[in-house]
Amino acid sequence: MKFAVVVFPGSNCDHDAYHAAKHVLGQEAEFVWHKDTSLGGADVVVLPGGFAHGDYLRTGAVARFSPVMQAVRTFANAGGPVLGICNGFQVLLEAGMLPGAMLRNRSLKFQCEHVFLRVEQTDTPFTIACRPGQVLRIPIAHGEGNYYAEPEVVERLEKNRQVVFRYTTATGEATPAGNPNGSLNNIAGLCNEGRNVVGLMPHPERACELAIGSVDGLAILESVVKAVTEGAFAPVK
Amino acid sequence: MRARVFVTLKPSVFDPQGTTVAEALHTMGYEAVKDVRQGKYFELEIDVASADEARRIAAAVSDRLLANPVIESYRVEIDEHAIERT
Repeated sequence: MKFAVVVFPGSNCDHDAYHAAKHVLGQEAEFVWHKDTSLGGADVVVLPGGFAHGDYLRTGAVARFSPVMQAVRTFANAGGPVLGICNGFQVLLEAGMLPGAMLRNRSLKFQCEHVFLRVEQTDTPFTIACRPGQVLRIPIAHGEGNYYAEPEVVERLEKNRQVVFRYTTATGEATPAGNPNGSLNNIAGLCNEGRNVVGLMPHPERACELAIGSVDGLAILESVVKAVTEGAFAPVK
Repeated sequence: MRARVFVTLKPSVFDPQGTTVAEALHTMGYEAVKDVRQGKYFELEIDVASADEARRIAAAVSDRLLANPVIESYRVEIDEHAIERT
């Protein structure tokens, strides 16, 4: 199967995502420049971390108008799996492909550390190989990951089971102590109503090899390999 | 025609930067400053004949790009005289 890794000017985790897909998972992977209008027949699209277009104006605000985003939207509308990691999640929010917005971290600091996430839903292409309630140790690196949405939107997300990952303590409790940035309801990751578009602030692609401190991100990336290989969440061609 | 656009976080949205600035002011002795909201300010030069048309364009670009309606609100002011000074 083939991963498309979108490259915006200012993306800086594109090579990490490519490395994880190609060299760790042994899958095909291809970079797609933000001005391209085709995803090259990919089975899964990754919007990587970084600072697309310098994060000028707001994180993801300019990237949403990059030409490639029309192809990403078409791919997602057809049911194809799309993963937005960190800045990629912020782009999905600005593009309206996921609800809500990001505020500056409550601490006003750029938080760069390993955190704990609890897998809340296992019926998305990026969590089907996870156990419900599984706690993953994965790094975050962001200044604006403080998730916000209107109360009725958060209520709908919870009711529809669209909160896919929640920040927790090491023992899996979603308390203020386990929340690194002030996100509402400890939200670390979401999916859309179709469940094929997932965004999360932590970096699973940076947690795929023991040499760099954690392999817990593999559960997320191996999920999509399983989902695509088994024919779940394939885009309607 | 010059349009000024002020973008601020909605009152219901916590503004950690504004709060930090307010705390700094209190440390400096400006106890009278009760609240600070930090925002963004844009000046748009718009080549149209009427203030109404400039207002319409400024509002449209604010809706589509300058402000994120999930967390921000904006105010547009049109300076009709700006063109006379050029």
